[in-house]
Amino acid sequence: MNADARADETQAHVRYVLRLADTSLILGQRLGEWIGHAPALEEDLGLANLALDLIGQARLLLSYAGELEGRGRDEDALAFLREAPQFLSVTLAEQPNGDFAHTITRQWLLDAWQLEMYQALAGCADPRLAAIAAKALKETRYHYRFSSGWLVRLGDGTPESRRRAQAAVDELWRFTHELFSPDETDERMRATGIAPDLAALEPSWSRRVDEDLRVATLTRPAAQPYAWHGKRGVHTEHLSHLLTEMQHLQRTYPGASW
Amino acid sequence: MYTQALDSPGKDPVAATGEAAERFQARVDADEKIEPKDWMPEAYRQTLIRQISQHAHSEIVGMLPEGNWITRAPSLRRKAVLIAKVQDEGGHGMYLYSAAETLGVSRAQMVEQLLSGAAKYSSIFNYPTLTWADVGAIGWLVDGAAIMNQVPICRCSYGPYARAMVRICREESFHQRQGFEIMMTLARGGAAQKAMAQDALDRWWWPSVMMFGPSDADSKHTAQSMRWKIKRFSNDELRQKFIDVTVPQAHFLGLTLPDAHLRLDEVSGHYEIGPIDWSEFHAVLKGNGPCNRERLEARRAAHAAGEWVREAAAAHARKLEDRAATAQHQERGSP
Repeated sequence: MNADARADETQAHVRYVLRLADTSLILGQRLGEWIGHAPALEEDLGLANLALDLIGQARLLLSYAGELEGRGRDEDALAFLREAPQFLSVTLAEQPNGDFAHTITRQWLLDAWQLEMYQALAGCADPRLAAIAAKALKETRYHYRFSSGWLVRLGDGTPESRRRAQAAVDELWRFTHELFSPDETDERMRATGIAPDLAALEPSWSRRVDEDLRVATLTRPAAQPYAWHGKRGVHTEHLSHLLTEMQHLQRTYPGASW
Repeated sequence: MYTQALDSPGKDPVAATGEAAERFQARVDADEKIEPKDWMPEAYRQTLIRQISQHAHSEIVGMLPEGNWITRAPSLRRKAVLIAKVQDEGGHGMYLYSAAETLGVSRAQMVEQLLSGAAKYSSIFNYPTLTWADVGAIGWLVDGAAIMNQVPICRCSYGPYARAMVRICREESFHQRQGFEIMMTLARGGAAQKAMAQDALDRWWWPSVMMFGPSDADSKHTAQSMRWKIKRFSNDELRQKFIDVTVPQAHFLGLTLPDAHLRLDEVSGHYEIGPIDWSEFHAVLKGNGPCNRERLEARRAAHAAGEWVREAAAAHARKLEDRAATAQHQERGSP
């Protein structure tokens, strides 16, 4: 492999790790907005647990991406000093919290996706990423129990909760297509034995999600295959607002330590 | 975090009389723990319900001012530590509600009292968190004051409260160190950061000093609470302890306390502070502080917005029970 090809491969590797990192970071940031305002004290604690795990995953993954990149950027430089188009999180993660049904549905769809991803990555050819994935997988199993448990409670609860849960599923379903649509970065990493075949993870995700929807007495919406490209840095309008808030201090006081 | 509102205006509890009351007092005097099923004077029970529930409410309302900075914490490490801290406060609220429930009051009743404004919570949380340094100042000063108040409660005569407090104190002292560490980082940072730390100290110092409640001369409940060993030290004794520990810490940080009268009494070894502006304290206690309305409104809004969620959870639980009962019935009915 010549130097250019090696540089390309490193860049794809960094991008791939950043996608995972940014998805956890943005989702954790969204959950952080709930703390102190959840429907019950137990849910304040539960959502805080999820947020903590996700921020923890983001820190490990961002630090690793920074090392791979080799330009001296640490977790904070990557989290606080990139612009929205440089964030590679999937589009679903940045969607606003909405009501509790929206937050739970967003969480459940992504938990089910992260379960597949981390399970596959825990045995991948990149030992560092495999170790992070193995740790994250344990956390994600708990997250999924929390979110799928709530989806069922809301779906099979009262007429109002069922209506709200179905509305959230209908609203957010369109962002699931991106989760299993591989692009050149995914393919490149797959060729090196790092990334799983994204499309091949879809049936297992789909079975799990269908089963949860059945128990929750909810209906799976029709496929809406619009090509969202959050993982390539093309986001919805929500992300830059989220970043403006999150990055405020680092932007205001360049170079300060906190 | 602790509530000083125990000392808010109210009726002085009347000591019970009779043989049972004498036996009870003898047990307290012998440093025995009173447990939920033991006989206790009604006034003791009511005093504890009020104090523990106010303490629980303070933890819950206390999640709001610091939670205000979760989305804006300046590093990922600080964000994670702050989430964990606010989560700990929620956990403290939960143990304390459970401890109060052992006295025969339900969490739903206590929450209702908070939301209706009938129950108090610590006034300190009616102050705003205006900059990141406020998160440091709360940890350092407010949790520092809370520890002074709470460590003696680990030896409180009521067993469930004392035991809850042991765990809470351990976590509070961790929070206090984290808060001090935030202040130290700011104090050693750039000029803007140092100014931010000084501004936070200027705004949080006096409210923290007031957290211990009115001075002993004006405090109504102290004597009876001391006999019952719910309270072990007077407001002024605890306040002095806090000042003596905290003033040298401020000096170490290179920050100035906002008190022109502050001086070390060489003879007693204690710091003397200037006069406390009690009109400020009473105004906030009466509901006219900078964030009283916002804090209560945030709790009410979360409770109201969560109602359909709580109803859904209850409805689902009932469905599961009904289904289990039906399944059991069918099983029994089958040959």
